[in-house]
Amino acid sequence: MEAGTEQKQTRSIGEIVSIVEALVFVADEPLTVKTIADVLEEDRETVAAAVEQLKQEYDERDSGLQLREIAGGWQISTRTEFHEEIRRFLKTRPNAKLSLASLETLAVIAYKQPVTVPEILEIRGVQSASAIKTLLDRRLIIAKGRKETVGRPMQYGTSKDFMIQFGLKDLSELPSIEDFEDLVQ
Amino acid sequence: MEEQLEQLDFDFYTEQPKIVGDASEQLQIKLGEFAGPLDLLLFLIKQEQADIFDIPIARITEEYLNYVRVMKSLDIAIAADFLVMAATLIEIKSKMLLPRDPADEEIEIEDPRQELVDRLLEYEKFKSAAQMLYEKTTIEQAVFTRGQIESDENNAEVDASVFDLLTVFQKIMARHKEEIKLEIEREEISLSDMIANLKKRIFASNELSLLKFFEETKSKHELVIAFIAVLEIVRTESVKLMQNKTFGDIILRKV
Repeated sequence: MEAGTEQKQTRSIGEIVSIVEALVFVADEPLTVKTIADVLEEDRETVAAAVEQLKQEYDERDSGLQLREIAGGWQISTRTEFHEEIRRFLKTRPNAKLSLASLETLAVIAYKQPVTVPEILEIRGVQSASAIKTLLDRRLIIAKGRKETVGRPMQYGTSKDFMIQFGLKDLSELPSIEDFEDLVQ
Repeated sequence: MEEQLEQLDFDFYTEQPKIVGDASEQLQIKLGEFAGPLDLLLFLIKQEQADIFDIPIARITEEYLNYVRVMKSLDIAIAADFLVMAATLIEIKSKMLLPRDPADEEIEIEDPRQELVDRLLEYEKFKSAAQMLYEKTTIEQAVFTRGQIESDENNAEVDASVFDLLTVFQKIMARHKEEIKLEIEREEISLSDMIANLKKRIFASNELSLLKFFEETKSKHELVIAFIAVLEIVRTESVKLMQNKTFGDIILRKV
């Protein structure tokens, strides 16, 4: 990341908001406040305030776009309401969804990470090898080193892609696993 | 069983598996997928409208086995995990049939179903969590982000500069040099030479300190050869390994 040397004069908050919008627009992945602050050579508080203002602007004018916090960064995306029109234009169909087995395995990994294959088997009561392969192929989970126990089994955890694909700010945004207990009865 | 086919498109609400008895009293199964034996068991308990904390184990076991039998008759490969659960159920059932020892009356005996109930409850939480994740992806699929903008980083064709190529070439050359160096070093003593040498020395002075012999070796490889030579000579020649005191020096001695 090359910090601009040409510009070092003070910017107005309005200018910063505009630049933030431009950067978030061109970024391929959710952009963190820190990255933006580094590029602009502004302090994080200023950038964070600019991001908030931009988000509000989108919301207030009922934009077709929204600014969302995903995987610890910010991202511009379309609003959910317009997905049908967008699909008609793009001529795409939704991606193949994950199977029940894969979703269950992913849920166990998300809540119990880092977790080993035998530990997943214990909870699901069924071998999960092919589900784990699917999740690895889709880069939703990643290997997180080996557990220092008999056989040194591989441990798995969720990836950044998981947060992006599931629209999560961070892992703490997931409801607590104990909250599901009430649903059980 | 679901592990073999990755179902590509399903709806959490309509594609849940069902077992429905039709008019001819024959068991019909809607072949959705049970995600595993615990899933099947939960389904059966719900269908029976039974209390999860007081599972009618005999009836549930029977239904479970029925289901497994149907799977078999339909030539569906039954995952071993389903059979393990069948065995567990039968074990619990038989434990519950056993009369209690009246002498043990005071001792609180744990309900044989307890462990299974705990597992079912734990599993059900994650099943709900899976559903929550399903809903989240459904929402995410309705959201679109901008397509990728071409940059040096994501365009493979311009990813490597001439200097990158040069660096790689230099690395290859460096590696090449190392390989040649390795080959030159490769004049090592053979096992038969080592044995001959060892034999000569033992027979010349009647005995030889093992430690001294090993210390003379110049490389790890040679040390390994030396060790094998010692093993070989003890096995084939009239040479013995002696030790004067515990943890003392080991001595090779001609018998």
